[in-house]
Amino acid sequence: MRPDPGGCFCCRRPVRANSCVANGEVRNGYVRSSAAAAAAAAGQIHHVTQNGGLYKRPFNEGFEETPMLVAVLTYVGYGVLTLFGYLRDFLRHWRIEKCHHATEREEQKDFVSLYQDFENFYTRNLYMRIRDNWNRPICSVPGARVDIMERQSHDYNWSFKYTGNVIKDVINMGSYNYLGFARNTGPCQEAAARVLEEYGVGVCSTRQEIGNLDKHEGLEKLVASFLGVEAAMAYGMGFATNSMNIPALVSKGCLILSDELNHASLVLGARLSGATIRVFKHNNMQSLEKLLKDAIVYGQPRTRRPWKKILILVEGIYSMEGSIVRLPEVIALKKKYKAYLYLDEAHSIGALGPTGRGVVDYFGLDPEDVDIMMGTFTKSFGASGGYIGGKKALIDYLRTHSHSAVYATSLSPPVVEQIVTSMKCIMGQDGTTLGKECIQQLAENVRYFRRRLKSMGFIIYGNEDSPVVPLMLYMPAKIGAFGREMLKRNIGVVVVGFPATPIIESRARFCLSAAHTREMLDTALKEIDEVGDLLHLKYSRHRSVPLLDRPFDETTYEETED
Amino acid sequence: MKTEEAIIYSYGFATIASAIPAYSKRGDIVFVDKAACFAIQKGLQASRSDIKLFNHNDMDDLERLLKEQEIEDQKNPRKARVTRRFIIVEGLYMNTGTVCPLPELVKLKYKYKARIFLEESLSFGVLGEHGRGVTEHFGINIDDIDLISANMENSLASIGGFCCGRSFVIDHQRLSGQGYCFSASLPPLLAAAAIEALNIMEENPGIFAVLKEKCKRIHKALQGIPGLKVVGESISPALHLQLEETTGCRERDVKLLQEIVNQCMDRGIALTQARYLEKEEKYLPPPSIRVVVTVEQTEEELEKAASTISEVAQTVLL
Repeated sequence: MRPDPGGCFCCRRPVRANSCVANGEVRNGYVRSSAAAAAAAAGQIHHVTQNGGLYKRPFNEGFEETPMLVAVLTYVGYGVLTLFGYLRDFLRHWRIEKCHHATEREEQKDFVSLYQDFENFYTRNLYMRIRDNWNRPICSVPGARVDIMERQSHDYNWSFKYTGNVIKDVINMGSYNYLGFARNTGPCQEAAARVLEEYGVGVCSTRQEIGNLDKHEGLEKLVASFLGVEAAMAYGMGFATNSMNIPALVSKGCLILSDELNHASLVLGARLSGATIRVFKHNNMQSLEKLLKDAIVYGQPRTRRPWKKILILVEGIYSMEGSIVRLPEVIALKKKYKAYLYLDEAHSIGALGPTGRGVVDYFGLDPEDVDIMMGTFTKSFGASGGYIGGKKALIDYLRTHSHSAVYATSLSPPVVEQIVTSMKCIMGQDGTTLGKECIQQLAENVRYFRRRLKSMGFIIYGNEDSPVVPLMLYMPAKIGAFGREMLKRNIGVVVVGFPATPIIESRARFCLSAAHTREMLDTALKEIDEVGDLLHLKYSRHRSVPLLDRPFDETTYEETED
Repeated sequence: MKTEEAIIYSYGFATIASAIPAYSKRGDIVFVDKAACFAIQKGLQASRSDIKLFNHNDMDDLERLLKEQEIEDQKNPRKARVTRRFIIVEGLYMNTGTVCPLPELVKLKYKYKARIFLEESLSFGVLGEHGRGVTEHFGINIDDIDLISANMENSLASIGGFCCGRSFVIDHQRLSGQGYCFSASLPPLLAAAAIEALNIMEENPGIFAVLKEKCKRIHKALQGIPGLKVVGESISPALHLQLEETTGCRERDVKLLQEIVNQCMDRGIALTQARYLEKEEKYLPPPSIRVVVTVEQTEEELEKAASTISEVAQTVLL
C-alpha cells in the first residue's frame, strides 16, 4: 500500500500544520521540512510506519513528563507513609494500639497464614486511610447526576456507618455513561420492562444447553450489522469474554503480542491460553514492528519452528491513560507480517467515530481488516455483557469451543432488550435522531472539557478525542484530598492509585457523557479550578512532549517551527 | 447464610474462577476432587499452584495425599511454613450429582492444617432445612469452612455469584479478586431479583422439604428404565442419565442420547444433554442426559416425564 506523500497539493508549498485545508488531504500534527516534502512529492515509497498517508485526521496525543520536583516529593510522601506504616504495625503487634482489622480464628492460629504480611501492608496502612473515596454506594440511576449515600467513619475508615442522609444530585464524572443511556425512563426502560414480564430475569442454563433464547440470536444479528462484520456472539460478562475466548483461539505454540497497558482481562486470557506472551511498549509501533520481525525471523524459542499463529492484542481506548490505539499503523503492520489482530473496544464502541461504531469508524477503516472485534455493552449501551464479532467461520468456531458458551449462563432477557433498544437508537433505526445527537454532544463535550482543563494548567494525559480524561495527581495525600473536596462540592469523581497505575502516577479519571450539559461541565470546571488551586495541582508547564520514545529521523517528522 | 461478610460478583463462572487465584498463588498446594467443574479448573489454572487430584469423594485417597505432603514437609520445614494448603470441593457435584462428605473433610482439615473452599452452586437453596446448603445439611459450624462460593444462577434464578465467609477471608477479595475489581458490577435489576428470591426463601422454608420430596420421587421413577442408569443421589435435583452399556465410541453415545432427547422434545418434555468442552476438561465425564427438577412441577407432570423418558428409551435403545 502506497501512502500519499505528505505535501499539500493545492498550494504547492511546504505545509504548515493546521493551516492549509484541502479535502481529505493528509495532515498530521507536525510539519515537514521543505526538503522532506520535496522528496515526498517526488513520489518515493515511504516506510510503512510513517505517519504520513494513514491518518485522515490529526492524531494529537500527549503525555507530559512528570516534573522532577513533584516526582521527588511523591517518593518522599510514600516513604513517610511506609515509615508510619511500620510504626503502626509495631504498635499493633505489641497491642499498644487497638487492632481493628479482622484476624484469623483462634482454632486456626497454627495454620499457615493465609496472607503474606507484606501483601497486606499496603492495604492496611495506605489504602485504609483514604478508603472512603472508593466503594461509595449510590442509590439512584448513574446518569449525569447521581445520589450518593452518606457514610461516616469514627474509627479512621475501618468501619462505616450510614448516617441516613443522601447527598442528592451529585454531578457524576465517574460513570462510563458515554452516550447517556443509563436512564430509568424512556424507550429502553419500557422495552426492558415488557421483556421482563414476558421472559423473567434468569435463564438458568448455558447457551449450548437450554439457554439459547430467540432474543440472543436477534441481538447477535443486530450487533453484527452494527459493527459491519459477518457475525457476532454475545456473552454475559465483558471480563469473561476476554478471559474465556482468547484461550479458545490460541494455544501453546502461538505467540501473543500484547500492549504494555492492556487490561487485566486480556492479560488473564493470554495467560490461560498457554501461548508465549511478548509485551510491546504502549502504542509504540516501532517496538511492535521489531517484535514482529524477530518473531518471524527466529520463530519459536527453542525449536526455531515458525509460530502457529501470531495474535496482536490491543485496546481501542486505554481506560487509564485515555490514549487511542494507532489503528491504521497496526493494521498496516498486521497485513505486512500476516498476523491476526484482536481489538478490545470496551471503551471506544459507541463513544468514538462519527456514527458511533468505535475506533474503526473513527479512523475511517474497513472493519473487515480487524480479525476479531471484541467489545462490551457495559459502557456506552448501559447494559452488561460483552460480544465478539468477526467472520462467520470464526464465530461458528467460537459457538462450539468457547468456554463461556458451554459452561456459563447466557445473558438475562431484560438486559438483552436494553442493548437492542440502545443499539437501534444509536444506529438511528428507531426513527429518531437521538443517537446522532448524543454522539455529537459527546464529541463536543470532550473537546471543550479537555481544552479548558489544559488551559487551566493541569496535566492531562491521552488523546484529544478520548472521552476518558485522566488528571494527574501524583502525591498520595492528594488522592484522598481531591476525592473528598470534590464530593464536598457536589461532584463525584473517581480517583485511582496503586496498583491500577504505576506508583507515582496516581490520577483522577473523568469520564464524560453525552448527558452532561454545558452548564454541568462549567460548574464542574469551576470547582476543579478551585480545588486545583487549593491543592496546588496545576503542574503543567505547557510543554507537551510528542508521544513516543522512538528516535527522530529525518524521514518521519519534525517539530513545528513557528 | 449467617456469615460475617459476603461479596457479590456479576457472573457465576467468574466467582470461583476469581476467588481461587486471590488466595492460592504459585507454590501453594491445592487438593481438588477429580469431578470438579470447569470453573474450578480454570481458577486453578489461573492461580499457577500445584494441583493434586484425588478420586471423586474418596476420603482415603485424599488422606493418602495429605500424608504424603506431610512427609514432604518434614523434609523441608522452612518451605512448609510458607506454603498454604487448600482443599477445594463442591457441595453437590454438577457432574455426578453426589454430595461431598463434609464432616470427614472437616476432620481432615484440622488434622493436616489445610483450608477448605466449598463451592455450593448446586446445593445452595436446595440442601438443608432452610436451604443454607451442605453445611446446614450436615449440621457443621459454618465458621469451619473458610470460603463458601455459590452462583445465583441456579436456585435464585438471577445472574451472578457470591462468596461468603468470615471478614478476614472475604475482605481480601475486594482488592485482589480479578472478577470484582476489573469488571462492571451487577445490574440493579438482577440484584433486586436475587434479593427478592432470598426473601422468599426465608419466608417459606417449607419449599425445601417439598423439593426434596420431588427429587426422591423422580429418582425412584427413573430407576427402572432399561438401558439407562441413574447417576446421582436421591436428594440431588440434577441427575444424570447415562447409558448402561456404552457402545465404546463417545460420538455414537452422544448421537443415541440426542435421539432420546429429540423424541422426548416431540412429546413435550424438554431435556438436554450435559455439554462439556471435550478437549479442555481434565477428566471428561461420560455423555449423559441431565434431568432437573423444580418445585413448581406437579406430581402428575413428574410421572408423565418419567414414563415418557422410559418409553422413548425403550424405542431408541432396543
